[in-house]
Amino acid sequence: MRARIRGRDLAALVVLLVPAAAQAHLVNSGLGPFYDGVSHFALTPEDLLPALALALLAGQRGAAAGRATLFALPGAWLVGGLAGLTWPSASAASWPGPVALLLLGGLVAAEARLRPVLVVGLAIGFGLLHGYLNGSVMARARLGALGLAGIVATLAVLVTLGAALVVAIRAAWGRIAVRVAGSWIAAIGLLALGWSLRRG
Amino acid sequence: MKRRVAADLGFLFAALWPAIALAHAEQGRAEGLLAGLRHPVSGLDHVLAMVSVGLWGAQLGAPAIWLLPVTFPMVMAFGGMLGLAGVALPGVEAAIAVSGIALGLAVLTEWRPPLWVAALIVGFFAVFHGHAHGAELPPGADGILYSVGFVVATGTLHATGIGIGVVHRWTWGRVALRATGAAVACAGAWFLWRAIA
Repeated sequence: MRARIRGRDLAALVVLLVPAAAQAHLVNSGLGPFYDGVSHFALTPEDLLPALALALLAGQRGAAAGRATLFALPGAWLVGGLAGLTWPSASAASWPGPVALLLLGGLVAAEARLRPVLVVGLAIGFGLLHGYLNGSVMARARLGALGLAGIVATLAVLVTLGAALVVAIRAAWGRIAVRVAGSWIAAIGLLALGWSLRRG
Repeated sequence: MKRRVAADLGFLFAALWPAIALAHAEQGRAEGLLAGLRHPVSGLDHVLAMVSVGLWGAQLGAPAIWLLPVTFPMVMAFGGMLGLAGVALPGVEAAIAVSGIALGLAVLTEWRPPLWVAALIVGFFAVFHGHAHGAELPPGADGILYSVGFVVATGTLHATGIGIGVVHRWTWGRVALRATGAAVACAGAWFLWRAIA
């Protein structure tokens, strides 16, 4: 039994490592707009990192802030996304992503003692802005609201896991690791801001 | 059961191995990430300074052990932003070499300044390291993924220094760390000679 399982794993591994299988990949999942939305965060670090930073920040501020953010961020993202789909902007600004990374990463690195209502306010503002930018891009690409639903569903899972993980941390080194992660996100934001300045 | 989990994790790791991603239509982005990961480890002067930050932090203990590695990437990224924006800084290469000398001497002598002084020293040199990286960034690479790779590689070098610095708890380890500091300072002097010669 053990030998058969190993053989099967090895065969699957060889298939996965054959590069020819990957040559036809495109950004879409091939499984429809909902799963394109589900895979959005895996393919778009510009959205993943600030959302992750917000989840970490909410977790640092405790379970109540985490629970509120779990509803506020995906909800605001959905509203902003629908607005973007309905009234898309003509062009996408490059600065909101880096600024969000810098601000949210910096707050996590500093373990800022924000009141939960402020964390929720940040979540709503960030969700509306990024949702609107997402919706605008999706409207220009003629993707429907189903893709947005996939993004929002994944975002809810991301926030739940990120915030719950931080809330559960008791060890001092664990909280320091979260702050280091925040500093890395802020550093990425600074560099990304430099890139956007370079592009003009 | 543990073996099964390890096998599954190994399988997952292999599935996510970037060699597959290189064949994707999105290969420009993957290349940006790899270029970012490569850049901080491509110069020995940078590597020695960044590892030394971790070593010094380990010698100083808490809270410097985590404050210095938090300070360095953020200030270095600020320097990188200046470099990307085209803001000129004088004597970048010489300052990078001096950072090797200064950090090496700090490790050699187990210097214990006030925390804010240590953070200031590390931050000062980080600006020059970041500026050099920012000015040398390849055109056309994906900005955000390059930045991710760059920061992760830098942080990993600091973590390596901290990991090595764990030997500080033993007498022989303290001696080995101080010897390492001496070697880094000598290398910094050599880099300085090259920069100004």
